[in-house]
Amino acid sequence: MIKYLLVFAAILGMGWILWQLGVEFQTAQELNPLASEYVRGSTSDLNMPNAVTAVVVSYRGLDTLGEVTVLFLATAGIGFLLKRKKRSAGLEIDDADGAANVPVCDESALAGLEFDATGTTDPQNNLSNSLSSLSNSVVKNETLSSSAVKTRTEGSEILKTGSNLLVPMIVVLGIYIFTHGHLSPGGGFQGGVVIASGILMLIMAEVRFHLSHLLLHISESLSGLAYVAMGLAGLILLGVHHFLDPRYLLAGKFLALFSAGAVPVIYSLIGIKVGSELASVLASIQHEGEDL
Amino acid sequence: MILLITGMLLILAGIWAILVKKDIIRMIIGFTVVDTGVHLLIVAIGYVKGGTAPIIDRAVSTADASFAGLQAISKVVDPVPSALVLTAIVIGLAVTGLMLAYAVRLNKATGSTNIDDHEEQKW
Repeated sequence: MIKYLLVFAAILGMGWILWQLGVEFQTAQELNPLASEYVRGSTSDLNMPNAVTAVVVSYRGLDTLGEVTVLFLATAGIGFLLKRKKRSAGLEIDDADGAANVPVCDESALAGLEFDATGTTDPQNNLSNSLSSLSNSVVKNETLSSSAVKTRTEGSEILKTGSNLLVPMIVVLGIYIFTHGHLSPGGGFQGGVVIASGILMLIMAEVRFHLSHLLLHISESLSGLAYVAMGLAGLILLGVHHFLDPRYLLAGKFLALFSAGAVPVIYSLIGIKVGSELASVLASIQHEGEDL
Repeated sequence: MILLITGMLLILAGIWAILVKKDIIRMIIGFTVVDTGVHLLIVAIGYVKGGTAPIIDRAVSTADASFAGLQAISKVVDPVPSALVLTAIVIGLAVTGLMLAYAVRLNKATGSTNIDDHEEQKW
């Protein structure tokens, strides 16, 4: 009872906070000075039409670097949790095997002894009896442990054919989205998620599909490193206040693919990083980190 | 305004789910509902009446970029909340994955996702 009262009080308090926010709220009639400066700057300074990308990659680039780090930490945490869990479960299975083996062996040996004690059959027959029971128990244990490790069923024919058709298109779409992030709605985060969804489809369709963890780690680390290096290049080439400033590459023609300085490069790197991180999440969920 | 109220209701419903529900999976669903509510709230705050996406495409076709920027200011929404939500969605996905991985591990360790079966985790 007291618990529900506390819950009620908490929700009421949160509602009060939100009410304070909402009661004074009015939909803005025009942009505030900061936002209008960003919108103006994205076209005049950075030479790109997408103001959201200008904010994500350049004006608030440090925030984005931090968020990519959060994403990396979350991915590392998922890999860590699932990997540790699997190893301890394997030990438990081993223990169970041993525990099951010992009494069965004793039992068969006892049975052999009993046969000996009765003395009605010859000892060789006894030995073979106990051996066969022993091998039976071993076989039983093996089937037990193999059924503990779940085997995935094959994907259906429709899913397989569909994935063969769609996965290349999905990956190309993802690459398109993150290379055109400065021109159209989209960018590294969206493109990376699209690529990871394509890989999810591949994992669902093919039982024996194994993502190379080494490849994922390499692409993830290299793109992250290159992202920081692009930021540092701005620091070195343009001056002290220009970390993650993309203007050290040519601004190019407005609305062209290679324009807006280093923004397409940085966003592509973010796209590769997000895609490989989410793919490694999927991979570690797929085989629950059994063997890397 | 509708967006704002919907976001607030989602936040409250999510907090209720986090506090009341016993099953860990349901609590995680509560977290994602709060997540969505916060996204809606931020987007609603950034909205400008009659504004469109802050992407200058058809607004002007000439190459005079600075002029395009000046014109666009009167009819686009605030790009900063959009940028925040854009990254927050992906981060929310990864954090939800982390919570689910922890739930999987708890389930494998004790065979239950009920929060009452994990008394030793209480502070």
